[in-house]
Amino acid sequence: MSDAVAKSEREQEESNARIMTGNAATALAAQDAGTDVVAAYPITPQTEIVENIAEAVESGEFDAEFSRVESEHSAMAAVMGASQANARTFTATASQGLLFMSEMVWWTAASRLPVVMSIANRALGPPWNIWGSHTDALSQRDSGWMQMFAGTVQEVYDLTLASFRIAEDQDVMLPAMMNLDGFTFAHTMQPLEKLSPEDAQAYVGEIDIPHEVTSQNPRGFGAFTAGDNFWKFRKKIMDAMDNVPEVADQAFDELAEITGREYDLVHEYEADDADLVIVGLGTLAREAEVAADVLRKEHDIEAGVVRPILQTPFPEERFTEAVGDAEKVVVLDRSTSFGRGGIVTQDVKLALDQPVASVIAGIGGQNVEWDDMVDIALNAEPGKTQWFGGDL
Amino acid sequence: MVLGVRHMLQEAGEDTILVIPACCASVIQGVYPYTAFDVPVINTAFASAASTASGVEMALKHRDEETNVIVLAGDGGTTDIGLAAMSGAMERRHNFLYVLYDNEAYSNTGFQKSGRTPTGARTSTTPTGRKGEQKDIDKIVEAHDPEYMATSTSGYVQDLRDKTAKGLEADGPAFMHMLTPCPPGWRFDNGQTVEVSKKAVSTGLWVLYEKERGGEIEISRPSKSAFKNPDSVTDYVEMQDRFSTASDVDLEFLQEQAERNIDEYSQYLEEEVKA
Repeated sequence: MSDAVAKSEREQEESNARIMTGNAATALAAQDAGTDVVAAYPITPQTEIVENIAEAVESGEFDAEFSRVESEHSAMAAVMGASQANARTFTATASQGLLFMSEMVWWTAASRLPVVMSIANRALGPPWNIWGSHTDALSQRDSGWMQMFAGTVQEVYDLTLASFRIAEDQDVMLPAMMNLDGFTFAHTMQPLEKLSPEDAQAYVGEIDIPHEVTSQNPRGFGAFTAGDNFWKFRKKIMDAMDNVPEVADQAFDELAEITGREYDLVHEYEADDADLVIVGLGTLAREAEVAADVLRKEHDIEAGVVRPILQTPFPEERFTEAVGDAEKVVVLDRSTSFGRGGIVTQDVKLALDQPVASVIAGIGGQNVEWDDMVDIALNAEPGKTQWFGGDL
Repeated sequence: MVLGVRHMLQEAGEDTILVIPACCASVIQGVYPYTAFDVPVINTAFASAASTASGVEMALKHRDEETNVIVLAGDGGTTDIGLAAMSGAMERRHNFLYVLYDNEAYSNTGFQKSGRTPTGARTSTTPTGRKGEQKDIDKIVEAHDPEYMATSTSGYVQDLRDKTAKGLEADGPAFMHMLTPCPPGWRFDNGQTVEVSKKAVSTGLWVLYEKERGGEIEISRPSKSAFKNPDSVTDYVEMQDRFSTASDVDLEFLQEQAERNIDEYSQYLEEEVKA
C-alpha cells in the first residue's frame, strides 16, 4: 500500500466520510447500530448487503451472530426468535424473497418484535425481472411493519439507524422495513457521512424487549387466543402504529442534533407555493426535483415535489399540509394493485380533496428521467390512472 | 404425546425455552392467558420451528447464556412442511434439541395423512387406507450427522428420559424422534397408550436406538429383546382401529417392514446377541 493510499484511507477513517452504495450503507448502519443477530438469504439486488455483513463479521469488525439460513422464511423466523430473546436483529431481502418470508413477516409484527429489515425493492415475477418496483414492500403494507423509503445513500444510512430506534421504542415495539430502490441506488455510489459506532449506538439506545423470552420468567407467547381477547392484540398493534409518527419525529430531531442532517416524515422540495405537486417514493421522487426546477424555469409552472419518507403508517396530516392547495397533483407510482391502480395513489387519494393524476412509472427497469417527468407532469390527467409508456 | 412430553420436560428442567410450531402441542398448552407448561413457550408458524429456535439459540450464544432450547414439533411440522428449516438448522450446527413427537398424522387438524402415516392406515384424507410408505425421517436426519440422535417412545419412559438428557448435554444439534401413539387418531382406548407403544417396539416396527456424531448406532435394550423374539405385526395392528380397512397386502407390507428393520438394525448388535 502506498503512503498516499494509506494516508487517504486514514483520513477517510478519521472523517467518517465515505463513498459507497446504498447496499453498503445499509450493512454499515446495521453494524454501527450494534446489531446482535443477523440471519439473511441472498437475493439480487440485496446480495451485497449480506456479503458486506459476512465480511465484517468474519473480519471481527462486526460483533454479531450471522446465520446463512437456507431460505428467507427461515431468515425471518430466526431473527424473530432472536428478537424474542432480546437481541437486536437485522435482515434484508427483496422481491420473491420478501414474498417467501411473508408468513413470518406477519408473525414477527404480531409478536411485537422490532426486527429491522432492508428491502432493495425489486419487481415480482413472472416474467423474471431484477429491477426496481415498490410492489414487493407494499404487498406487506398491512402486516404491521413500519415502512420508510430512502432517496439517497445518506438517507439509507441515517434512516436505517432511525429504524432501529423507532422500532425498539417502548411505545412502538413493531418491526421496521427500510426500503431502497433496487439497482437505482442499491448499486449506485454516493457520498456518505457515517457516525462512529459509539455515537450510533448511543443514538439507537439499549434494546429492551418487555416480553423477552427467558426461563427466569416462564410465559407463553402466541398461544391460542379466542374471540374475547384476539381483537385486543390487533388493536394494540393499531395503537402502536399510531404512535409511529410522533416517535419518528423525535428520532429525526435527535438525529439532526447529532448529525446536522434534518429529516421529516414527508420530504418537501419547493412545495410551499407549488401549483403543481409531483408525489412519489424514493429515487423516483428525487429525480422529480430536477423536473420541478425545469417546470419552473422553462414552463413557468410553480412546481414542487412531495416525497413521503414514512409510508406506513401514512402520515396523512403532514402529507396534506405539504401538498397544500396545489391545483394539480401527479403521483409517480412505482407499484401496482390490479383492479385499483397504483398502491401509493390510494393513500394519496384518501388524504387529499383535489383530484389526483396517477401515472404508473418506472417499474421493472423502465427508465424515467427528469425530462420524461416534465412531460408526465404536463400531460397527466387528474382523476385518471395512466401508464408511462402509454397505451398498449 | 402428553405422556412422553411430560417426561421429556421433567428431564429438561426449568432452565428451558420451548419452541412449538402448529401441532397438537400448540393446542394442549392451553388457551390464552393460561399456559400448561412451566417453561416459556414461543409459538411459531408451521414451517418455522427449527429456524425460530436457531434464532433464540444465537441470541443466547451471543451473550454466553446457556439455556436449553428445545423444539417440540409433530411429524407434519418436521417431516413435511418444516423439513427444510429443520435440515438447515441441523446443517448450521445450532446447539438445540429437536424433539419430533410422531403420531403419524396431522392430528391437530383431525387426523389427516402425513409423510409419516404408515402403509394401510386410515386417516381422514386416506379413508381407504394410506397408499405408499412412510418417510424415513431418521435416515434424513442421520445424513446431517447431528451431535446426538435417538429414537424413543412414550411406553419406555426411562429410556426416553435418558435420551432427552443426552440430547441436551450434546454440544450441537440433537434430535429425538419419539413415537407417540395417539388414542383418538389411532383409535384405541386411552389406557392402552403404553401397551400400543411397547407393541410397536416388540414387533420391530419401531426400533429404539441412539447414535452420537461419527459413532455407530447403538440399539437400546427394549429393541434388543424384541429382535430376539419379535411379536407379529398383526398383534400391533389389531390394537388399533385405524388399520381396520388395511388390505392383506398392506399388512404383509407392514410385517415385511418390521422384518427389514430387524435385519437392518441387527447389524449393530454385538455378535452373541445376533447369534
